[in-house]
Amino acid sequence: MKWWTSKVNDPTAAVKGNSSFEETFQKSITLTNMESMVAWGRKNSIWPFNFGLSCCYVEMATSITSKYDSARFGAEVIRGSPREADMMIIAGTVFIKMAPVIKRLYEQMMAPRWVISMGSCANSGGMYDIYSVVQGVDKFMPVDVYVPGCPPRPDAFLEGMLLLRDQIGNEKRPLNWVIGDQGVIKPQGPSMKDAMRTERMKMTEIRQPDEV
Amino acid sequence: MRHHADIPLLWPFLVYGLAVVSLVSGILIISWFLGERHEEPATAQAYEGGIIVTGTARLRFPVHFYIVAMFFVIFDVESAFVISWAISIRSAGWAGYTAIGLFIMTLSAVTIYIWRIGALNFGPDAARLLKAYFSQLKTTMPDEVVDKQGQ
Repeated sequence: MKWWTSKVNDPTAAVKGNSSFEETFQKSITLTNMESMVAWGRKNSIWPFNFGLSCCYVEMATSITSKYDSARFGAEVIRGSPREADMMIIAGTVFIKMAPVIKRLYEQMMAPRWVISMGSCANSGGMYDIYSVVQGVDKFMPVDVYVPGCPPRPDAFLEGMLLLRDQIGNEKRPLNWVIGDQGVIKPQGPSMKDAMRTERMKMTEIRQPDEV
Repeated sequence: MRHHADIPLLWPFLVYGLAVVSLVSGILIISWFLGERHEEPATAQAYEGGIIVTGTARLRFPVHFYIVAMFFVIFDVESAFVISWAISIRSAGWAGYTAIGLFIMTLSAVTIYIWRIGALNFGPDAARLLKAYFSQLKTTMPDEVVDKQGQ
């Protein structure tokens, strides 16, 4: 589904291309099929569940504030009930005591539902290789996107959310639970480690977090 | 005698009612079939922040709350009468003064009555409980022990 908006100050100018008849027509008409339209709607309204475990939640909450503004990606509507939420962000250390609670909340979310594992503790237990911490939240529930960091900056969390958006846009999900094929076909998530490797290897100095 | 011209006015109402019923049932039926479903152990449970639900939401309150609420309603309405008399005190004259005087006297009598029967007492009656406690002690223990504790 291809679409774009016109410029605010110059609504008639060509956003791209040469303002041909065909392109002008494409501005007004969008052709799509049902599946990709639903996927487009889903990926632009991922409502997060108001849920946090530890320090990572502070960074996640910061991503909603005006500086980072997750509302740009349609994910600003924090839901207090798992029935209304689409995305659960495991932001923080998953203690063994908390694991059944997280599992129960995940089960109470209505499909379609997605999970972002945020921070080293949720990804792998992090530095807590001890008796009281689950060694990665994916030990007991599915995870769609892993965000590394200890804690990840809001920028990193937003990057994870953008990756999840891309995934949601390309997913194949049944439109109903009665007719047709059931089950979800998820695209293979990209390995950001491989994708960013050459760029990261070029880095000779680490920038301060105050400058972007 | 009904006029014949009135009868055709009924069918738009029927069509309207049919449209409402079909729209609502259509929305309910379509949304029942749309979307995905999953059935896991906790899916249908009540949401209590991830904690297992305990007890019931149907709490039993002491009957005193009901009595206090009734007294509030009664005396609040009666004060409305007194205040509405007070703002028209001159035009109501001596007749109004006599009437409201009788009314306030009745109110005072009712207040004294409900106070005397103990309707304003809230919570357990400590004096009655202690009395019952010591009378029970007297039947089970020697007299000198009870005297030391009770007096």
